[in-house]
Amino acid sequence: MNKIIDKKQLSKDVFQMKIEAPLIASERQAGQFIILQIDEDLGERIPLTIADADEAAGTITIIYQVVGKTTHELSQLEPGKYLPVFAGPLGKPTHIENFGRVVCVGGGIGTAPLHPITQALKNAGNHITTILGARTSELLILTEEMAKLSDSMIICTDNGSAGRKALVTEPLKEICSQDPKPDLVIAIGPPVMMKFCSLTTKPFGVKTLVSLNTIMVDGTGMCGGCRVNVGNEVKFVCVDGPEFDGHLVDFDNMMMRLNSYKEFELHNHNCHLENQMSSLEKKL
Amino acid sequence: MTYIESSTLTAIAKDYLEELKKRNDPLKARDRLKIPLQEMPSQDPHIRAKNLEEVATGYTEEQAILEAMRCLQCPKEMCVHDCPVMVNIPVFLKYIADGDFQSAVDEIKKTSLLPAICGRVCPQEVQCQLNCTVGKSLKDVDQAVSIGRLERFVADWERKQGTVKLPEIKPETGKKVAIVGSGPAGLVVAADVRREGHEVTLFEAFHKLGGVMRYGIPEFRLPNDIVDEEIETLKKIGVKFQTNFVVGRTRKLHDLITKDGYDAVFVGTGAGLPLFMGIEGENLVGVFSANEYLTRANLMRAFEKDKAATPIYSSKRVAVLGGGNVAMDAARMSLRLGAEKVYVVYRRTEVEMPARKEEVQHAKEEGIEFLFLQNAKRILGDEKSRVKAMECLRYELGEPDSSGRRRPVVIPDSEFLLDVDTVIVAIGNGSNPLVSQTTPDLKVNRWGNIIVDDNQKTSMERVFAGGDIVLGAATVILAMGEGRRAAKAINDLLAEDLKKNQS
Ligand SMILES: Cc1cc2nc3c(=O)[nH]c(=O)nc-3n(C[C@H](O)[C@H](O)[C@H](O)COP(=O)(O)OP(=O)(O)OC[C@H]3O[C@@H](n4cnc5c(N)ncnc54)[C@H](O)[C@@H]3O)c2cc1C
Ligand code: SF4
Ligand code: FES
Repeated sequence: MNKIIDKKQLSKDVFQMKIEAPLIASERQAGQFIILQIDEDLGERIPLTIADADEAAGTITIIYQVVGKTTHELSQLEPGKYLPVFAGPLGKPTHIENFGRVVCVGGGIGTAPLHPITQALKNAGNHITTILGARTSELLILTEEMAKLSDSMIICTDNGSAGRKALVTEPLKEICSQDPKPDLVIAIGPPVMMKFCSLTTKPFGVKTLVSLNTIMVDGTGMCGGCRVNVGNEVKFVCVDGPEFDGHLVDFDNMMMRLNSYKEFELHNHNCHLENQMSSLEKKL
Repeated sequence: MTYIESSTLTAIAKDYLEELKKRNDPLKARDRLKIPLQEMPSQDPHIRAKNLEEVATGYTEEQAILEAMRCLQCPKEMCVHDCPVMVNIPVFLKYIADGDFQSAVDEIKKTSLLPAICGRVCPQEVQCQLNCTVGKSLKDVDQAVSIGRLERFVADWERKQGTVKLPEIKPETGKKVAIVGSGPAGLVVAADVRREGHEVTLFEAFHKLGGVMRYGIPEFRLPNDIVDEEIETLKKIGVKFQTNFVVGRTRKLHDLITKDGYDAVFVGTGAGLPLFMGIEGENLVGVFSANEYLTRANLMRAFEKDKAATPIYSSKRVAVLGGGNVAMDAARMSLRLGAEKVYVVYRRTEVEMPARKEEVQHAKEEGIEFLFLQNAKRILGDEKSRVKAMECLRYELGEPDSSGRRRPVVIPDSEFLLDVDTVIVAIGNGSNPLVSQTTPDLKVNRWGNIIVDDNQKTSMERVFAGGDIVLGAATVILAMGEGRRAAKAINDLLAEDLKKNQS
């Protein structure tokens, strides 16, 4: 049982919660996630990345977008309520070292998991360029927090309501064309964004990490539901990931698999992804 | 095998018993061999294929007594030697034949802690019943005394009577033991170590306890109530349970010893990492590991389609790959979830199938079709990447291999298409990676199974392991057996510690 300490609505569909979880707060490292259930008997298990942690207070922060039944119900819970199932931290932590120049690309809600990774990279002495993208300015999250960690920051929106009217791949391409090239790109966001970021950096030979959020059941390497093709090998996101080399991930297959239970979803956020994909495809 | 109603089976047994009672001379071996084997009463196949209730409903008293009378009480006791935990079988069978069910179950519990479970899921035909003299005399292993059914009968009888006794607990020693994983191995260690008066905390990654007995083996074969009762007993004797606790991640194994003060740790994390065939199309939508399919259905209760939040793929035509218990469970579960046609595709023949015979028979009765000497070549998808068919190859038996088994050899150009929308892969599991991934000192073999000595001790001081994480995917009774051995080693170690403290 883990208590909800605090809840904040970041945008129309995006919520931030602080959850009491002292052990997870002290063990977690950048890049890891938790699995929660709203109902112990009939609930579904959903993975959410740890956006922040406060070891002293014994809390961790999760940020999520309402996309289906469970996230919807979660968003209805108020501080003081308890989550019956809350397990973690799961997944392999991000490998952190001083790479040199790192570009951190966050798309929509993907900025939440990107934040602790950027922080760790910053602490390790990297030069950070951040690119944040969203459909509209209201959907941008954590811009201030990210700005604090970044040596330079570019904001893009699809409609130009904030920053550049562009997709994140545009500035990413420009940065990769510069001399010196970045040493590493980390892209976290909707699958389609990660796919096109990886396609953008590939010709430049810039190593690109992506963090995958597949369907999961156990999250401990038992069910294989989270499997993805990475460079012709089958990998389990919950124990081999969630981070992988974006140049090797079979995004198309992953996106298809994400749709396995489409008919069950309450709100269908995938139409948005499809629109975004077709517009990206036109541009590249 | 035609289906016979439970009431008919009981009536026949009753009559037979009456006849025997009329005799006043003692029964000879010859008479015992004539007693017909008592079939297990079960739900009608047509009805049960659509519900989740237990298929086998259990012997009635008359059937149990009659079946136990088939035992010849032979001095060789082959059954005892073939039981992984050496239950004193002839003794408990004699008690049943005499109608003393309580003594029978007490006798079993001296060696096997979970008889209601083992009686249901042990592969008896390759264990206690394999070399049974009755089966040998009648030249048919299926005619052996039904030891498993009788074990289940007395365990169920005791539960129904409400006479289940709590084991005695020795005075508290102040020693602490951590157990990782709540499968049969972990539960047995918990019981045996707690009985010595040590404090026991069991950590489980999932929100529910029981390991594979909860998330893998379906309700229709092993009702959750039975697993729950065993866990209740452990709670009553003071075992503490911490669910949603992933050892290695929530807390490092080392920290349990160095920071949290546990004097010993048992790792029983079970099998993991489902194996896939490595064929084209295996990542299409509609291809699942049996673990995923069964976990959704059992643990996450997706069979309660209107209530559970966890979705399950709606399938009409299913192919299950594999020939073990896991394959049988997945096939029969998909039927219960609404599939119209279910195939089990197996590369070898029926004789080689590792599944319990009873499960295969039940599956056939329920209308599952077995495709022997066939195997998947690739899986085909539609424009939405959903499974639309599976291409298979036919095999024939070739030369015997080193183990003497004739190997299946592919017949060239034998490809054909199976019209299915779902493929469930049940060809085995690798090892659970979580603890070893996060505990570099723990030595594992090249398949990731933890290496232990004869006392189940691992390469780390005070850390023991057992069950599937050591054996690879094995059985409940083998996991229990390893648990017992580990518990003994832990108890010995702690006794030594206590002695040292005193001197
Ligand atoms: C579908 C299916 C059908 C089967 N049918 C039969 C049968 O008919 N007869 C038979 O004898 N055997 C059968 N088996 C095999 C049998 O269930 C296993 O051999 C047995 O359960 C192994 O017991 P165990 O205690 O080693 O592990 P498990 O039962 O696998 O339990 C391990 C537990 O550890 C937990 N865990 C894992 N990692 C961690 C961690 N890091 N921290 C905390 N907890 C963790 C897991 O969540 C799990 O609950 C079947 C298996 C399956 C999958
Ligand atoms: S524990 Fe298994 S092998 Fe042993 S007597 Fe019981 S059913 Fe037979
Ligand atoms: S979520 Fe089950 S193996 Fe990864």
